[in-house]
Amino acid sequence: MKRRTKLMGAVAALALVPAFAMAEERERGSSGHLNIIYWQAVSTMNVFLSGGTKEMNAASIVLEPLARFDNEGELVPWLAEEIPTIDNEGVSEDLKTITWRLKEGLVWSDGTDVTADDVVFTYEYCTHPEGGCAYRDRFAGIESVEAEDERTIKITFEDATPNPYLPFVGAGSPIIQKAQFENCMGARAPECTNENFAPIGTGPYKVENFRPNDVIEFVMNENYRVENQPYFETITWAGGGDAAGAARAVFQTGEMDYAWNLQLAPEVIAQMEAGGRGELLVDFGPLMERIEINFTDPSPNLPEGERSTRQHEHPILSDIRVREALSRAIDRELLTEIGFGPMGMATCNFIVAPPAMASTNNDDCLVQDIDRANELLDEAGWERGADGIRTKDGQRLELLFQTSTNAVRQDFQALIQQWWREIGIDTRLRNIDAGVFFGSDPGSPDTYLKFYADVQMYASLFEGTDPTPHLEQRRCGREPKPETQWQGQNINRYCNEEYDALWAELNREPEPARREELVIALNDIFVQDYAHLPLVARGRVSAKATTVGGNIMNVWDSEHWNQAEWYRIEE
Amino acid sequence: MFTYTLRRLAFAVPTVLVISLIVFLMLDMAPGDPTASLPLTIPPEVREQIRAALGLGEPVIVRYFRWLQMMAVTEPLHMIAAATGWDIAPAGPRILSWQTRSPVGDIIIQRIPQTLWVVGLGYLFGILIAVPIGVISAYKQYSWFDQIGTFVSMVGFSVPTFFTGVVFILIFSVWLGWFPSMYDTTLRVTDWDSFMRQVRQIVMPVAVLALFNASQISRFMRASMLDNLNQDYVRTARAKGLREQTVVLVHVLRNSMIPVVTVIAIGIPTVFTGAIITEQIFRVNGLGDALIRAIYVSDWPMVQTITFIFAILIVLFNLIADVLYGILDPRIRYD
Repeated sequence: MKRRTKLMGAVAALALVPAFAMAEERERGSSGHLNIIYWQAVSTMNVFLSGGTKEMNAASIVLEPLARFDNEGELVPWLAEEIPTIDNEGVSEDLKTITWRLKEGLVWSDGTDVTADDVVFTYEYCTHPEGGCAYRDRFAGIESVEAEDERTIKITFEDATPNPYLPFVGAGSPIIQKAQFENCMGARAPECTNENFAPIGTGPYKVENFRPNDVIEFVMNENYRVENQPYFETITWAGGGDAAGAARAVFQTGEMDYAWNLQLAPEVIAQMEAGGRGELLVDFGPLMERIEINFTDPSPNLPEGERSTRQHEHPILSDIRVREALSRAIDRELLTEIGFGPMGMATCNFIVAPPAMASTNNDDCLVQDIDRANELLDEAGWERGADGIRTKDGQRLELLFQTSTNAVRQDFQALIQQWWREIGIDTRLRNIDAGVFFGSDPGSPDTYLKFYADVQMYASLFEGTDPTPHLEQRRCGREPKPETQWQGQNINRYCNEEYDALWAELNREPEPARREELVIALNDIFVQDYAHLPLVARGRVSAKATTVGGNIMNVWDSEHWNQAEWYRIEE
Repeated sequence: MFTYTLRRLAFAVPTVLVISLIVFLMLDMAPGDPTASLPLTIPPEVREQIRAALGLGEPVIVRYFRWLQMMAVTEPLHMIAAATGWDIAPAGPRILSWQTRSPVGDIIIQRIPQTLWVVGLGYLFGILIAVPIGVISAYKQYSWFDQIGTFVSMVGFSVPTFFTGVVFILIFSVWLGWFPSMYDTTLRVTDWDSFMRQVRQIVMPVAVLALFNASQISRFMRASMLDNLNQDYVRTARAKGLREQTVVLVHVLRNSMIPVVTVIAIGIPTVFTGAIITEQIFRVNGLGDALIRAIYVSDWPMVQTITFIFAILIVLFNLIADVLYGILDPRIRYD
């Protein structure tokens, strides 16, 4: 980390001279108007009431956190003076408190001062039991948040917390103004329509006009703390239409300057890019498409409440040789090429990012090996029958494979079904509407949490750069079960003492280098147990017009994290 | 006639109530979870709290009556207040959309004008095109005009709007660059210049819808004209020595219009519903767009309210069509 900082310093020093000159030339509002299109329109500007990425991105140019992640995944102080660490005594030795200090002279867009009280209020607002705050888990395990003086905030955790950079860090945890939201606590939160649609912030822009699920008009914040920024005077943040239309508007007609989330077929993107007016922005974060393997028996013959629970082992998949065979039979490179093109990367890891935490020990899975898969199944005692499907003790090797309804996922299902058939596995396919599949209704038998199938495919990710909570999900006892109303994220009902012990070590470890080692070790245990089959690391895909400069794609925070620095390239 | 209308109106009330119950219950029982569209980084415990904050914890019947009361009293008063500026809006809870956490009524009010402009114009132009085509096609049956008309209307009818829409965008926006591919919802018409921009951006969606509507109505018009052209009264009129123009445009057309007017009246509610796909393709922020997006994210209060408004419109326009029928055709009187 230190060496890196020095290196960055050197680079920055070199770059400083021209960069400074450039920045001096540009003035606040000198770039005119910017058009952004989000084909899934923004529903509210209050991130705490939504939880969606689109709302988080839109709000991130108005509401700001104490610190953000840059495009490398490194923390940068934003409203705070500096990042508190043990070295600068911002984090206590026992890892139980962290003390943030606001920058001097910060003001809201209405001209009033930003104080530590606003930060404390944000904590109270989001943790109100009736508020239904979507980022409530950012404040989990906090004992208190106190204002020590006008600019100092002290957060005390219940336990030693090696990663104290969750509350008030990143686009999902911005600061809201106490004066504005004071009367909008708890159950009254949704009644404050005006406040939720036009929050007062510290960011480079303020909301001039908000129409839910349609359009937002932003104007620059005259009180923004960087004197000559933002460069764009106004922004129209349009919503609606579809992904293809949004891509067309940037690449082909040039009506829009920036389009978000263009998950389109690779050939469609390639064709549109030929329009020449825009360029594709891809960066890879922790989002990964995987097949989860059920370690428990989902058989419908079991009584309700015992299906897919740890009471019954899976009759086929509890054998690691079968699980490995499933993995070996898959051609991940081909899946990536067909489904995602340049927007995906074949992977064999559970934790695919940040780069320092991605393991290199499992890359042999990238090569499809049907022979090895066949050998493994032979060893496990599964013998081919007359129809080519294997049987063992009178049981056919049949699997139910479910996923959400989505063109790419159905292509994947068909390909994988074919490969598995080659090694003598009969796969039945099922797809479920995403609204049901990803729902958390404990009464529905079709959710991914209930997992009433043998294998299932979806994509998942984690927030920020710390995978600790994500790894925590696979601990024994964290599986969805009837006693917890089927809540829990240990989807495959994995249970491994070694894994749990190692995770406990990670959760106590403050030293970054050792943490990286532990994450890789945990990843390797999980993947080498073939508990789930990683397929494709999926990138964040957006597009910008060639005339827009200064934008830096960021997968660790909002894509608009440096919106103030975007400018129009003059020809 | 008047008592008949009153009786029908009285009957409409229980019909609408039953529809409201069915709409509410069906959506309530539909699978789908408003928190399902949130990123998977949000843990299930938090999702449960969000669901509780949305009011999903209460029994169905309580939620139905509360919704009905708000739908029948609170929301209309708010809509009137918003439209007129009178201070009659009652305090208290309103129907809140789950996506935006803001009143559904406000969003509907925001969106009706765009739908009326785009889809309404599409319907109007559709009628204006369809009637003459139907008349000429029938009068010159099996002529080249009739053949082309039949072909075009078959194409217009069988090719879905999501296809014609994209073809239009490709030709007129991407290749020719005549019209914008996206509807600018922030455009305010203040002068000639902005008016022309409004016209340019409205041309394509209106054209797509007009083509679709025209092909339907022109078939009805043609069939109805053909029925009448062979009637005895037409021969009589010709035998009296009336000019051909008078025979066709006054006698035949007026009588042929009777069923067509009913079809047009019954079709008006589809002005609101029928343009869901077109609105989405051209990014018009109308009611149909609001509805389809609400369905995607399981925003039931929004879906329930819009569906219910559509139901009321359909009941109402069916009634209007029946009454119109009586007025146009003196032989039909209901009392």
